[in-house]
Amino acid sequence: MTVDQTSAAPAAPEPDLARSTPIGRRVVLTLVGLGALGIATGAAIQDSIDGVIGAVANRDPTGLTGLIPGSGGFRYYSVTGTVPAVATADYRLSVTGLTDRELDLTYADLQALPQVGLTRDFQCVTGWRVLDVPWKGVRLSDVLDAAGVQAAAIALRLFSFDGTYTESLTLEQARREDVIVATEMLGAPVTPAHGGPVRLFVAPMYGYKSLKWLGGIELTSTVVPGYWEQLGYDVDAWVGGSNGREDTPTS
Amino acid sequence: MRSDPQATRVPRFTAAQRWSHGLFGLLMLACLATAAALYVGPISVAVGHRSLVRSVHLWSGFLLPVPVLLALVLSAAMRRDAREVDGFTAEDKQWLRARDRRSGRIKVGKFNAGQKLNASLTAGAVIVLLLSGSVMIDLLGIWELRARTGATFVHDWVALAIFLLIVGHLWHALRDVESLRGITQGTVSEEWARRDHEAWLEAVRPSSSAGVAEPGRDAVDGEQKGTP
Repeated sequence: MTVDQTSAAPAAPEPDLARSTPIGRRVVLTLVGLGALGIATGAAIQDSIDGVIGAVANRDPTGLTGLIPGSGGFRYYSVTGTVPAVATADYRLSVTGLTDRELDLTYADLQALPQVGLTRDFQCVTGWRVLDVPWKGVRLSDVLDAAGVQAAAIALRLFSFDGTYTESLTLEQARREDVIVATEMLGAPVTPAHGGPVRLFVAPMYGYKSLKWLGGIELTSTVVPGYWEQLGYDVDAWVGGSNGREDTPTS
Repeated sequence: MRSDPQATRVPRFTAAQRWSHGLFGLLMLACLATAAALYVGPISVAVGHRSLVRSVHLWSGFLLPVPVLLALVLSAAMRRDAREVDGFTAEDKQWLRARDRRSGRIKVGKFNAGQKLNASLTAGAVIVLLLSGSVMIDLLGIWELRARTGATFVHDWVALAIFLLIVGHLWHALRDVESLRGITQGTVSEEWARRDHEAWLEAVRPSSSAGVAEPGRDAVDGEQKGTP
């Protein structure tokens, strides 16, 4: 870097303010005004945008609609570095803890259980919502019955095979009919980015309860808060009834 | 071409201004890169680490105005330039409308009207991003959910706009090596100043205003250029 050269030459003269219009500050103030207006009214505008583009975005093979702000569709959140990739042939789901027997289920074992389908909105706690997402899989309740739940168990810890993410459900929540171990979403096998080959879908709760890359279920005698719950999110994450939000319930 | 470039270089930005611009630029790039990792699906998939990326984004964002504000407090040259950027002259309006704005027909001051507009739009957009970002994270827990959704809406669209603005800024800057020297090393050649900012050159170096090279300067390599 060269030395400061202001002393080496006459400094630029003061701008001639009498000859000029202060347009720069008008631009700044106009933007700030529009920004404030946008904060006040943006939620209503966002609602209408979501309604129009949301359904398209989810089935857009180019992914380009996803670049439009607030255009619906799923957004990818992971708390670790890379997408865990596990082939269905290598997939295992362990069921441990307060059970009559420990299970180590394969993908084929899950497919042998009664298959259920349900279509529900997916609501993220950060605000985005994907309408009418079709899911398929087996009821979590059926998986628990296969292991045999002991009387002392009142809750579940759920582990993601990304090695970091965890979730919790009470046994009562886990027994709901709209809580499934999902192998299909949007009419196709769950992709790695969406948490495949097997993920959880907890229809009545915010997205962070629908743990991706499901690898382990442990029956426990207490509720152990999961990853985001330790960072301040509600443990009982009912859509519209938690986290200070008023979204329309999803299930 | 001048044989002794050092002697004819025109000081354009002081060290304080260059540091301020460089730090602001780095923080802005950090904001944009982390924004992409939080927001653009395929990049999110490749990067992951959402909690960490979010922290970097928030810190870069809230530090963004600091270098500019510091320079405004510490540097008279920065304040002078800010006043000039704020003020649009009759020539500036003419320049914006002219099809031949690069021809040199309209004499341009230290900044052309496009640079002034870019600076003002960037300043306004950064303020809006800071305000909407503050509402989004709601540290004090005072904002209604509807306001936070509205803030997210504003933040998304203004981020897209400022990204395009910066692509344009870099496009112009990277095509002009001498303007890059001005903002990185502080000085520009007289030729460059005469071509792109003639009114400014006339004001800071009245001796050069006629565009006549001093005799002897060009003698060494025998070139006589740019002296009508």
